Amino acid sequence: MNQAPKPLERQGHRPWQRAEQALRRIGLSGRALVIMAPAIWLTVFFLIPLAVVFGISLSSKQFGRPPYSSLLTFGEAGTVQLTLHLSNFVKLFSDSLYVSAYLNSIKIAAVATVIALALGYPMAYFIARASDRWRNVLLMLVILPFWTSFLLRVYALTGFMRGNGVINNFLGLFGIDPLIMMQTDFAVYVGIVYTYLPFMILPLYTNLVKLDEALLEASADLGARPYRTFLAITLPLSVPGIVAGSMLVFIPAIGEFVIPSLLGGPGTLMIGRVLWDEFFSNTNWPRAAAVAIAMLVVVVVPIMLMQRAQSATVER
Amino acid sequence: MPKQPLIAADARPWRDATAKPFVRINNVTKKFADVAAVSDVSLEIYQGELFCLLGGSGSGKSTLLRMLAGFETPTAGTIEIDGQDMTAVPPYSRPVNMMFQSYALFPHMNVEQNIAYGLKRENIAATEVGQRVNELLALVKLAEYGKRKPHQLSGGQRQRVALARALAKRPKLLLLDEPLGALDKKLREETQFELVKIQETLGVTFIVVTHDQEEAMSLATRIGVMNQGEIAQIGEPTDIYEFPNSRFVANFIGSANMFEGVVTEDESDHITISSAEAGCDIYVDHGVDCAPEQRLWWAIRPEKIVLSRQRPDGATNVTRGLVDDIGYLGDTSVYQIVLDSGKQVRVTKANTRRGDLDAIKWDERVYLSWAGNAGSVLTA
Amino acid sequence: MRKGWFLPTAAILGFTFLYAPIISLVVFSFNENRLVTVWSGFSLKWYGELFADPQILGAAGLSLQIAFASASIALVLGTLMAIALVRFRRFRGRTMLAGMISAPLVMPDVITGLSLLLLFVAMESLFGWPAGRGTMTIIIAHTTFCMAYVFVVVQSRLVDMDISLEEAAMDLGATPLRVFIDITLPIIAPALISGWLLGFTLSLDDLVISSFVSGPGSSTLPMVIFSKIKLGVSPDVNALATIIIGLVALGVGVATALQLRGQRKPYSRVGRAQK
Repeated sequence: MNQAPKPLERQGHRPWQRAEQALRRIGLSGRALVIMAPAIWLTVFFLIPLAVVFGISLSSKQFGRPPYSSLLTFGEAGTVQLTLHLSNFVKLFSDSLYVSAYLNSIKIAAVATVIALALGYPMAYFIARASDRWRNVLLMLVILPFWTSFLLRVYALTGFMRGNGVINNFLGLFGIDPLIMMQTDFAVYVGIVYTYLPFMILPLYTNLVKLDEALLEASADLGARPYRTFLAITLPLSVPGIVAGSMLVFIPAIGEFVIPSLLGGPGTLMIGRVLWDEFFSNTNWPRAAAVAIAMLVVVVVPIMLMQRAQSATVER
Repeated sequence: MPKQPLIAADARPWRDATAKPFVRINNVTKKFADVAAVSDVSLEIYQGELFCLLGGSGSGKSTLLRMLAGFETPTAGTIEIDGQDMTAVPPYSRPVNMMFQSYALFPHMNVEQNIAYGLKRENIAATEVGQRVNELLALVKLAEYGKRKPHQLSGGQRQRVALARALAKRPKLLLLDEPLGALDKKLREETQFELVKIQETLGVTFIVVTHDQEEAMSLATRIGVMNQGEIAQIGEPTDIYEFPNSRFVANFIGSANMFEGVVTEDESDHITISSAEAGCDIYVDHGVDCAPEQRLWWAIRPEKIVLSRQRPDGATNVTRGLVDDIGYLGDTSVYQIVLDSGKQVRVTKANTRRGDLDAIKWDERVYLSWAGNAGSVLTA
Repeated sequence: MRKGWFLPTAAILGFTFLYAPIISLVVFSFNENRLVTVWSGFSLKWYGELFADPQILGAAGLSLQIAFASASIALVLGTLMAIALVRFRRFRGRTMLAGMISAPLVMPDVITGLSLLLLFVAMESLFGWPAGRGTMTIIIAHTTFCMAYVFVVVQSRLVDMDISLEEAAMDLGATPLRVFIDITLPIIAPALISGWLLGFTLSLDDLVISSFVSGPGSSTLPMVIFSKIKLGVSPDVNALATIIIGLVALGVGVATALQLRGQRKPYSRVGRAQK
């Protein structure tokens, strides 16, 4: 064996060295590039658009392209005039259509979230406590709809609940009169729970599967009955999962458009649908923008909650 | 095998004031946010040494090692390796390699690819790489395992692959982070000796981080005991054990009985300490840098106390107590003795006779005595 | 707790609820009758009609193109973002960036769609780009929300990955870029694949955002389906849905298999003994 502890000398050069030096000369390191590419994208296509929405919500509708007045007008003598219209926001509060749409959206989203939690929690718990082999199968059964087209799943529901749909055909076998389910608030609840259930189950499952079984055994050993153990141990420990799952259902449900428009009746007012109609049917872009800003105000608190949980996992 | 030049364990360059250190850590401090993980550490390590950084968790030993590897930059101070300032050199340009606590074997590469990885970064010809890999596989006795993936190896085999990979580039300095931590006790003892053998054959300087004092004692040429980001004591294993410089070191390495007392006699060739805890005057047969009336501590190892039923001769270094508990460990027995002052003392006694019927038993009153040079006087 | 009747019953009910509508949709796609819900005999005629419909085929082609492009761009950007937030300890704007990346995950589609449209219109009147709206603007919009999903998937893999693997490579002489190519990339590859697949599916599925930012002549598949459903019953939509569900099931199966393989190999922590 060669004993001489001579260190092996570095001989080669790295092919990208030159490019790296060139970039460094203009003040960019690889690290900066990694940060900047996604940061610039998000600034341009996420942050600025929100500012633009806010700006346009302060203009007024006019005919032409684009169909809104510009905030800044340039006078002949080089003067700049800033015109802000608060009328869109005033309208949101004065017109009962908007107010009730907001309240109704919050109510529908909240109720649907609670139902999804009530249904999703036992499912998540069941999956978390299943044997290894079954757990993977069941988990896949939850993930599968999550990946399947949202629109098609809503469509599948219409086939199920319609007047001559599967449920009513089934009830008909027992001589029960057809139920009217489609185009009701009920259908909207079913739709939201149905489509967002996986979003509720997955974070709950991730939380519950980490629950140390020894804790439950210790509780039982100390004399607690199963429901006591559940209330005293399992439930408090799964609060982060409950929060995450509920936010993942509640936030998108508030702005939901597809479900109320396909399953709801004409009376099912939700902001997402109002915004859509304002934009596409009435071509009132400033009003639509104002509706969006107001919707943002409603969802911003839950979004912040969400992000706190998110950044907590990143910091870990 | 050619005869090695002097290895550090024999030459003891640290005792030679003119010897040039190989690694020089100068007043290094590392702060995370506002907390100092390492504060003002200075350390010199010589060529061919097997130096152990010993300390509990959070003592800063790993941070110091990571600064040597280049994964952390010192907040203040400099690190020199072989006369070159390494403070600003990135990890991939340092003549240093590291063996990780988790081994950090690349899971998607087989054993050969893992070992060859560092060599390939140097644009070395493929044939030479292959030759070197085979050499290393032979060195760590894994010649048959080159094509295996890390997850197909046992813990001990993985440890050897990690060692081979770290040695592949013939680093001047090898850093080992808890190299034996993940092995079970028996394997650990075997591997300890193998590690020392490899280190002595190759003559590479090793710096080992460990929390296991037995490991440090049996591996190291010298030990640096770390506490709360500072070096508490540097010395050969025997120095650290027999001549601890502080209460922390005395307690951290092995176990020690500690008595608080006051200096009543301070001569150049001996001192006397009056200790209420000990229940007698303690006579120390050498001079100590202290002042009369000074409050200090005297520490003695459990095996250096002699138990007897009859009172030994002499007025000092004898006290009395009651046997409170006996722990039989096979080779030794541990006696818990409560002195008349109420102080608990731990004494170990080698079981030199089989089935000794005359052995000291529970609830016996016994005399404890010791030699004038048996304990250490500690002022810190 | 384990042997109660409540949990299994709830689970069976829940899974029935999740699957019954989908299964009936698939079954009725093979129904001969035009009335979607009245069974009158097995037939593949709706599939035939589907493949004869140029509007659907065109829209499907466009959707696939868009999904491919947005998933790919989002994969790059989302991965870079995950690396920045997981591996770079501190930099200016870190908190801001962390907030921005996860917001599109929960932002209601109508807001994302409207805001991007208004941006495109404003940009067009300011710089003349993008000239009109169509495939390009849809790709940009989809990339923006897909990268958030890619980020989440890749980020969790990066967090799990033993960082000393990267340090070991660097210690052996690999520069940061080299470390990324040799070590990080192969280890997070399963996450990259599932991130890309997730982005691809989400893009393929999007109706609301596309409706806002698309232009004349660029109708994506969901837009066509939506207008068909709005008009009333159409058995060919059942056929289309069956094909899509089949493809998704296949994709999820492959992705799960990949992930399980990844789990069996202890990529994250090598210390574990495996037989």
